[in-house]
Amino acid sequence: MRTVLEVKDLRVYYKSIWGNYKSVDGVSFKVYENEVFSIAGESGCGKSTLVDGILRLIKPPGYIPSGEIIFEGVNLLKLPEEQLREIRFKKLAYIPQGAMNSLNPVIRIEEQMIDAILDHGDIDKDEARDLALCMLKEVGLPVEVAKMYPHELSGGMKQRVIIATAIALKPKLVIADEPTTALDVIVQKGILQLLKRLKEEYNMTVIVVSHDMAAHAQIADRIAIMYAGKIVEIGSIYDIFEDPLHPYTKGLISAVPSIGKEYVKGIPGLAPSPLNWPSGCRFHPRCNYAMDICSKIEPDLKEVKPGRWVACHLYGDRQ
Amino acid sequence: MNEFLLELKNVTKIFKVGGGLGLFSKEVIKAVDSISFSIPSDKPSIVALVGESGSGKTTIARIILGLLEPTSGEVLYRGRSVSNWLKEDKLKYYKEVQPVFQDPYSIYNPFYRIDRVLELVIKKFNLASSQEEARDLMIKAMKDLGLRPEDLLGRYPHQLSGGERQRFMLARILLIKPRLIVADEPVSMLDASLRAIFLDQLASLKDKLGASCLYITHDLNIASYIADRIIVLCHGKIVEDGSKEEVIRNPLHPYTKTLIDSIPIPDPRRRWKEPVDLTTLESFKKLKAEKGCIFSSRCPYAKEICKARMPTLTEVKPGRKVACFLYD
Repeated sequence: MRTVLEVKDLRVYYKSIWGNYKSVDGVSFKVYENEVFSIAGESGCGKSTLVDGILRLIKPPGYIPSGEIIFEGVNLLKLPEEQLREIRFKKLAYIPQGAMNSLNPVIRIEEQMIDAILDHGDIDKDEARDLALCMLKEVGLPVEVAKMYPHELSGGMKQRVIIATAIALKPKLVIADEPTTALDVIVQKGILQLLKRLKEEYNMTVIVVSHDMAAHAQIADRIAIMYAGKIVEIGSIYDIFEDPLHPYTKGLISAVPSIGKEYVKGIPGLAPSPLNWPSGCRFHPRCNYAMDICSKIEPDLKEVKPGRWVACHLYGDRQ
Repeated sequence: MNEFLLELKNVTKIFKVGGGLGLFSKEVIKAVDSISFSIPSDKPSIVALVGESGSGKTTIARIILGLLEPTSGEVLYRGRSVSNWLKEDKLKYYKEVQPVFQDPYSIYNPFYRIDRVLELVIKKFNLASSQEEARDLMIKAMKDLGLRPEDLLGRYPHQLSGGERQRFMLARILLIKPRLIVADEPVSMLDASLRAIFLDQLASLKDKLGASCLYITHDLNIASYIADRIIVLCHGKIVEDGSKEEVIRNPLHPYTKTLIDSIPIPDPRRRWKEPVDLTTLESFKKLKAEKGCIFSSRCPYAKEICKARMPTLTEVKPGRKVACFLYD
């Protein structure tokens, strides 16, 4: 498996008068070629900040105190802005949260797509127009859409326009932040299947960030679970759902209601604040398995089985 | 005693779209189209009203709560029309019918401590005779829901998490002891780990208070977890109505089948089998068929008659209704 993206000990902090909000606080993972890598976690755990960090879109008062983001062998954090622009969109595409609202309401769909393509690709306007139309067809939209304005389209159609634009230049890696939140179930299914199909067709790698465990279960190959600015577990989607190791992952999976499931169980307590993470393991105040060591020493993310990483003292050095 | 706690009779709501003040409207939207259903009063139950965005589910909630007037049709609460209740017995109506809304952030006034939410309720409905009694009632309601009064009372809304705010609203319900709770997507803004706790507490009110609940949601996973009965809405029409087990295990209407096939199941071994045909997924704004059955433009079983007229909601067996020519 070739590594497309490697994130090493990334930290993203926000300065405030009360101190630093440590939204992403030491995250490391690898994403392999042609896989769907999911990042799951609840609101405030730092998933969207992590994505912004990877794309280097952090603006003050946010900053990146440390870390490396190796994309195709290049550390994005060390790259000058112009070179980063070359990579973004062409090789590294981004579908932001609520992307369908990012279309300009007074410009026709086609023009918006052409603008984006011309801005980043080395082709002329006619070629860009052909490419835009071809991409619309690829995502199952009729060509009439090209001449329409955003308000004439439904949310799901707008989301497909965004996807068509994002992958027009056949990027190596696509990062989608909550791509189906706020869409109806039938449309959600269509969009997720589309992402998966395009991934195969264009030989792309896809990172999907979402709070929705059910959506991850449907499309992911591997999944990372985030809690309080850290990754607590990484594994294949089957391993995580069938044999979750970290107590938080266990709780998260048993909390998801589903047809035919008689009992769901929440996780008591509250997610901590990024201003003041708990000492030791950040989950220990809510954990049923907490031991003395958990409040004192922060567990590292360790590989306990091939491909299976967990940050929990229950799976310490007893291997 | 009336047989029905709540009864909707041919309720229709038409909105005018576009044009200033609706004077020059070009378009009308039938958000709710001649809807009839009832919730019996003999045994408390949780009825889920399930539909996609634009199906009219929130409009129905607002009509029941008296926040919107139906264009035609009638809503009866315990045999008396809601408009009559509101005219003559408003306080009593809201003592018995209470909402839980979607957004746990916007329902609080940010300038007041959260205590005020409960204090106002106690004052308005005359629930306590003294300050001390009021305080005890508040503390008891919160403790019943596993909330810590010592941590929460005296704080401002922004100091509470979304889950706490939403559960605090349940404390309000516990104090009022209504007979009908209208909950409109109450967990859509809560995290998974908090959802389960909120849903269990909402369901427990059925036994604690003997209250029925109309639970409005787009999420069949949640409906199947919490509800006793499921009513499926499509473009302002009821297409199917039945017990939870029946609707989920044996959906009759092709729309319900499509919905159930599209639910993402949180199990990687049970992935979607049928691909969605993207070209029929959404055809601009004409999702709703102009004539005939509202689902006919997307229905794989559509026949001639389906394109000609809308089937009526018919009882196929006791407690089981469907609006589809396949079952005529």
